Amino acid sequence: MKVALFITCLNDTMFPGTGKAVVRLLNRLGHEVDFPQAQTCCGQMHFNTGYRRQALPLVRGFADAFAGYDAVVTPSASCGAMVRDWHPRLAADSGDRALAARVQALTPKVYELSEFLVDVLGVTDVGAYFPHRVTYHPTCHSMRMLHVGDRPLRLLRAVRGIDLVELPEAAECCGFGGTFALKNSEVSAAMCADKVTNVRRTGAEALCAADNSCLMHIGGALSRTRSGVRTVHLAEILASTEEDRT
Amino acid sequence: MSSGTDSGTAARMPTYLGMPAFPDAARRAVGDTRLRRNLAHATSTIRRRRAEAVAELDDWAALREAGRQIKDHVLANLGHYLRLLEEKVTEAGGTVHWARDAAEANRIVTDLVRATGETEVVKVKSMATQEIGLNEALAEAGITAHETDLAELIVQLGDDRPSHILVPAIHRNRADIRDIFRRTMPDAPAGLSDSPAELAEAARRHLRAKFLSAKVAVSGVNFAVADTGTLVVLESEGNGRMCLTLPETLISVMGIEKIVPSWRDLEVFLQLLPRSSTAERMNPYTSAWTGITPGDGPSDFHLVLLDNGRTATLADEVGRQALRCIRCSACLNVCPVYARAGGHAYGSPYPGPIGAILSPQIRGIGSDVDSSLPYASSLCGACFEACPVAIDIPEVLVHLRARAVEKGRKHPLERAVMDVAGWTLRSPARLALAQRAASAGRHVVGRRGRIRRLPGPLSAWTDTRDAPAPPEESFRAWWNRTGGKGE
Ligand code: SF4
Repeated sequence: MKVALFITCLNDTMFPGTGKAVVRLLNRLGHEVDFPQAQTCCGQMHFNTGYRRQALPLVRGFADAFAGYDAVVTPSASCGAMVRDWHPRLAADSGDRALAARVQALTPKVYELSEFLVDVLGVTDVGAYFPHRVTYHPTCHSMRMLHVGDRPLRLLRAVRGIDLVELPEAAECCGFGGTFALKNSEVSAAMCADKVTNVRRTGAEALCAADNSCLMHIGGALSRTRSGVRTVHLAEILASTEEDRT
Repeated sequence: MSSGTDSGTAARMPTYLGMPAFPDAARRAVGDTRLRRNLAHATSTIRRRRAEAVAELDDWAALREAGRQIKDHVLANLGHYLRLLEEKVTEAGGTVHWARDAAEANRIVTDLVRATGETEVVKVKSMATQEIGLNEALAEAGITAHETDLAELIVQLGDDRPSHILVPAIHRNRADIRDIFRRTMPDAPAGLSDSPAELAEAARRHLRAKFLSAKVAVSGVNFAVADTGTLVVLESEGNGRMCLTLPETLISVMGIEKIVPSWRDLEVFLQLLPRSSTAERMNPYTSAWTGITPGDGPSDFHLVLLDNGRTATLADEVGRQALRCIRCSACLNVCPVYARAGGHAYGSPYPGPIGAILSPQIRGIGSDVDSSLPYASSLCGACFEACPVAIDIPEVLVHLRARAVEKGRKHPLERAVMDVAGWTLRSPARLALAQRAASAGRHVVGRRGRIRRLPGPLSAWTDTRDAPAPPEESFRAWWNRTGGKGE
């Protein structure tokens, strides 16, 4: 199986540790991972803000970069949803039939990390060790667009040493929403404040999610309030092993 | 206090003209601690109860799909069903009027009331008449409209605007309500307390007098059954039943999209609506009438069919799904933005997610508030999940944003940023270059990996949140250096 990593522009630029964790994890599970250098961005920011014209070249670029792979794995539910839900429609609307056909063939092979592990590789115990109190925030797009369900939680429950505690009001949006956080910063901050309150109620040491965009948002408030809670991407927990500990 | 004062109240009812853009209106609401508490409490309670009511039915998904299909079928054949409805209502002794817009509808209703010689009407809570500002139009003609739904009455007496489709006074608590009643209700008992039972009893007595004396009633319509010409109103307090049966003249205003083909179709919505809106298994008062019946109920019945931007909405392939809405308010109750911004920030009788996609379509995006509404969402998708007729609200929001960007010449800075970002992201080489620049500047902007203040529009982020400083090297740079194997 030829597996490609779709890192996403945000992780590539700001959170390389998450990408490294995916590579380490998949290697440990016996799979080679390729990083197609031509990849850049799924176009979600442009598309969601209304800039469709700028999103289309990114749809095309994605199809070019990942052609020929059996599976494309991404550590972002939000970008995964953009590709799976919207790329086919944007390509179809463009009137370029060849592009539409290529996108149609490619997008079902795009998996968010927990989907790839549970559905394609068939594992829930990835042999990870993470001796910390952790709470998990199911991001909106992972739940309501990709419908990953409890896959991330099944993976987390199998992690050795972890003290996984339930997050109250877990399904509530954290208020990130891309440019929403800037355009409606007051409401966004109010939503974030409530999320932070719920995170702190758990007594967790780390907040985990399958998307660094939401974690960047909540983490920004956790750090600003000196809450003593850090954020950690799902991939980074799953990649940790007993040997990593120094 | 006489009813003349009430008419003054109606005339002073604030309109939605000149509403500030959503973010500005929301900012005030976010800072209103009492409003935040009232809303959080009310919406979380009804949200939980709705989830339970929906979970009771194992065929909910099928019902929802049926609801979606029936509405889509009607919208695709709207001309046919409207003519059928007109024919059946006329056959049954009613009179049908067609109104292109709010002004036309208001004129029709005002003329009909004038023709009766009455100066007071009782009203059943109705979204369509709020949409057209009927009470204000009647007041200008010297006609007083008395709202008879309890929450609507509270809003009217409080010289206020509704902030929720189903619970218009959701922003008020019982102490507020007692104060409003004491101040404005001439027949309120002395020493009225804030106990819900006492407040309800005071409203009951106040309204009973209106019901018994009213000669004219105005209502909305929840559903119109085309093949029998039957109109249906759902309510919970019995005030609607009074208005629909006691007066001599009944005038009903309905949006043209409210049609269902037959009673079999109605059955689907009589399950979907109560569970989604009030979390009830069955609606308490469901009134249905067909034209006029001599000796039973009003002897004069008028139906006003209201377009007011609906045909324009219908012309939009993506946006038209908003016309499936049955005004259950489930999307409001699950919306995290609504819960914090409150209903007034949406600048229309339709608040929350449905308002954000409906108002800009039926009113256009000319005003500040309407052009900002498509952005009043984090696109979390909770509304779509809850909607009983499967309106993909996030899809319509993004569609309306694209329309705004295509048309508008607003936000030159945002446009420039999006263009530069698009240009950078189109090329892996340019992206890598930008990443190197970001990494090089990391010590300038951030301390211990955190940025506490960003310039310009980005300060909206760092007002309340830290931002991460860029890493020493991007993932791409690491991969190139190590082939994906190193540290
Ligand atoms: S959009 Fe859907 S959920 Fe919202 S009020 Fe209309 S029918 Fe109800």
